[in-house]
Amino acid sequence: MATLTLSAVKKQFGATQVLHGIDLDVADGEMIVVVGASGCGKSTLLRIVAGLETPSSGAVLIDGRDVTRLEPADRDIAMVFQNYALYPHMSVFDNMAYGLRIRGMPTAEIRRRVGEAAEMLEISQLLDRKPRQLSGGQRQRVAMGRAVVREPKLFLFDEPLSNLDAKLRVQMRAEIRRLQKRLGVTSLFVTHDQVEAMTLGDRLVVMHQGRAAQVASPMEVWGTPADTYVAGFIGSPAMNFLAASISDAGRSASLKAGPTLPFADGARAGADGSTITIGIRPEHVEHRPDGADALPLAVELVEPLGSETVIHGRLPGGESLVARLPIAAGHIGETLPVRLPPEAWHVFSAEGVRLPARAAVPA
Amino acid sequence: MRDTTAEDLALARATERRQARSRWLAHAVLGLGVLVFAFPIWITLVGSTHDVNTIGRGDVPLWFGGEAVANYVSAWLTGGAQTRTTLGVPVWLMLWNSLNMAVLIAVGKIAISLLSAYAVVFFSFPGRMVCFWLIFITLMLPVEVRIIPTFEVMVNLQLTNSMAGLVIPLVASATATLLFRQFFLTIPDEYVEAAKIDGAGPLRFFKDVVLPLSVTNIAALFVILFIYGWNQYLWPLLIVSDKDLETVVVGMTKMIGSGDQQNEWNVIMATAVLAMLPPVAVVILMQRWFVKGLTETEK
Amino acid sequence: MRKKVIFNGVALPYLLLLPQLVITAVFFFWPAGQAIYGSFLREDAFGLSRDFVGLENFADILSDPNYLGAVWNTVIFSSAVAFSALGVAIFLAVQADKAIRGSGAYKTLLIWPYAVAPAVAAVLWLFLFHPQIGLLGRFLNGIGIPWDYKVNGNQAMLLVIIAAAWKQVSYNFIFFLAGLQSIPRSVLEAAAIDGARPTRRFWTVIFPLLAPTSFFLLVVNIVYAFFDTFGTIHALTQGGPGQATTTLIYKVYVDGVQNLNFGASAAQSVVLMAIVIALTAVQFRFIERKVHY
Repeated sequence: MATLTLSAVKKQFGATQVLHGIDLDVADGEMIVVVGASGCGKSTLLRIVAGLETPSSGAVLIDGRDVTRLEPADRDIAMVFQNYALYPHMSVFDNMAYGLRIRGMPTAEIRRRVGEAAEMLEISQLLDRKPRQLSGGQRQRVAMGRAVVREPKLFLFDEPLSNLDAKLRVQMRAEIRRLQKRLGVTSLFVTHDQVEAMTLGDRLVVMHQGRAAQVASPMEVWGTPADTYVAGFIGSPAMNFLAASISDAGRSASLKAGPTLPFADGARAGADGSTITIGIRPEHVEHRPDGADALPLAVELVEPLGSETVIHGRLPGGESLVARLPIAAGHIGETLPVRLPPEAWHVFSAEGVRLPARAAVPA
Repeated sequence: MRDTTAEDLALARATERRQARSRWLAHAVLGLGVLVFAFPIWITLVGSTHDVNTIGRGDVPLWFGGEAVANYVSAWLTGGAQTRTTLGVPVWLMLWNSLNMAVLIAVGKIAISLLSAYAVVFFSFPGRMVCFWLIFITLMLPVEVRIIPTFEVMVNLQLTNSMAGLVIPLVASATATLLFRQFFLTIPDEYVEAAKIDGAGPLRFFKDVVLPLSVTNIAALFVILFIYGWNQYLWPLLIVSDKDLETVVVGMTKMIGSGDQQNEWNVIMATAVLAMLPPVAVVILMQRWFVKGLTETEK
Repeated sequence: MRKKVIFNGVALPYLLLLPQLVITAVFFFWPAGQAIYGSFLREDAFGLSRDFVGLENFADILSDPNYLGAVWNTVIFSSAVAFSALGVAIFLAVQADKAIRGSGAYKTLLIWPYAVAPAVAAVLWLFLFHPQIGLLGRFLNGIGIPWDYKVNGNQAMLLVIIAAAWKQVSYNFIFFLAGLQSIPRSVLEAAAIDGARPTRRFWTVIFPLLAPTSFFLLVVNIVYAFFDTFGTIHALTQGGPGQATTTLIYKVYVDGVQNLNFGASAAQSVVLMAIVIALTAVQFRFIERKVHY
């Protein structure tokens, strides 16, 4: 059991700055998911924690102990790789026992630990097999087992589910979560899949271009995204962004699509006329057959999903909007009355940073 | 929770030292390796720039002398001074023969292997597998093994002392055929189907699709086979007694007589340098293709 | 393995195969057949007639101490060449595989000796170890080690081994490097995280995973030492002093070309063929089984 602290971790490969200074505090037993598009630096971050890369500057502390310059072997960590990285010439048992043998553990203890882990992961009957005789899901379990038997301070997961088919992925996801909770081992999980991130993490680190765009719980990230990147990355279909400007002394927004509507949660700082972006999630767009406060959405594409319908269309002024409606509605070419409720708005500055409501609106 | 202790700091320092040591070891080992590899060449290169007496006395110098031009000119034009026992064949002629032999062997092997691999892969005909195995078995009959009877065949065919005799028996190659077969098998069936739909016959398909796709393989193979041809020794030694057909690798060793004192070491060294220059240049300049050719023909 | 979609025609494929088949028949199968046939014949003292003598030629060479000496020399020579060339090459390849500055240049500088002909390699080492003109030969004599490979059989053997192995290291190096690079990086990282230090990592993970490469190379090196080193020996020692460096292939040449002993040479050729066939068979068996994977 341990904490993990990253302070101002930077990494450069040649002239390319991959990490621009990451700070992170992970509590004991916490599961942190680092999520981002490919090339955002998330894997590099994980590899720095593992000791497979050395940061250009900054420090990595495990359990308060500075391990920045130490090799992986001296960090007491375990890692599950994307391609599992099982030793192809060793049996499943030997794969799991390898790390323990290196640490000079007595044979009986090794047997006990491997047996327990195999039991837990339901791979006891596979212990004599070679990795090539296993299915993808079984290899995944062995890779997990190899990490579990070590009883390390820290679990590191490098996109471990991305080589599995969709059904297995959902199953293993739940299993990893259960296992991590049961063992209570502090974990860092890297993925590009937002669903994985939302379902697995106690907290998420959303990475963007080598920076941590937001570090927060999944619901916080979804409910109050720190910037337009996070807002667009988390949630599916992605959040709509509409151009607008501040008006009415900061109390309202004039949408480019037409109406001027008051902010539901309070006024924003900024001069009237300054550009802002209004974000609204597709599931918050309302269908208003009665036409109240409605904007006309010219339907361009209808995706019926059974329980709901995703509609792609265009607002007056030409901006596109995606709506997720709980009904079967819309035909291509039709104009649908929709409402963009201000209470569901996310307000961002021209630079894309979240604009919170001012605590008290001065008179 | 515990803090970073003096022990940890010592560990960090030890780790850094170990990593530095590992890098240092790599440089030392590789540097030494490079030196060992280069040393004989260096000595030869240096030796080829000194006069014959310096070398003959055994005062082997480690740095270049001033006789380079004289030695190389002498080797190039006459194959050494006539006052000593020499082969009397100018090195330019030997190089020319080696070049001819190496290029003809490489081109010949590639040409007949391309054709036979194409036949075996893209056609179905009675005896297909028999033909394939006949070619395959030749892997197990290197020229060195059947040298005497092959020589007798050459005598019967009156091919000794001819460029054709040097080249043709070395042109059949199971390795090249196997490589092309392997590669042709990876050409998708759809290409053949498309060609058939377009009305292209097998020869047209060969010329328009198969050949262009094989360019890298041909280049890689050429590098390997050029070196193979250039470095032939036993076969030319046996088949050629005519001095006008002498190749440089064999010719150079013939320049070394059994009575040491008479050897014109400086010219021999110059000839050795000239003999290894072409294949070494090919390997260095075409390193990528060379490595590809080597690792793929053998696997 | 064969293609599903193929061209029709019978004449054309035969025509395409013709050059290869003709050369193969004339220069491979005919001589090989001659060798087998000839191994059962013996020429009389004047070379006038050849009589069928059954397996006598084989019996003769197998009871000839000179031939058995050549067998022994070949075993010593090929195992020394193979193991030293493999050992040095794997060590160099592991170092060159490290992410260090200039590893590309090192690789180029270690690869090129492959291009040097065996006979030229022999002459290069002759320049070094010649007792009168060679830098190292004179040095050895200077410090009181009597060095003359033209007199001392063991020294001659050592010299041909060095010259033959020197050249083969490059070849092995290329293959070991390719083998190392085909080991998934993550497997090595997993071992590092499991706590294995570099030395242990090498012996427990890298070396076992290189086993198929090593085995393949072992066979190739033995074949090289058997057959491709004729030039090395011919240029350096001509099988001498005495018979000290006469290997099987050199003896075929000596008996066939110099001594004109037709039957013995043919029988030796047949034995060599059997050896190559055995080596090739072993090699293909193993490649098919793909050790480990």
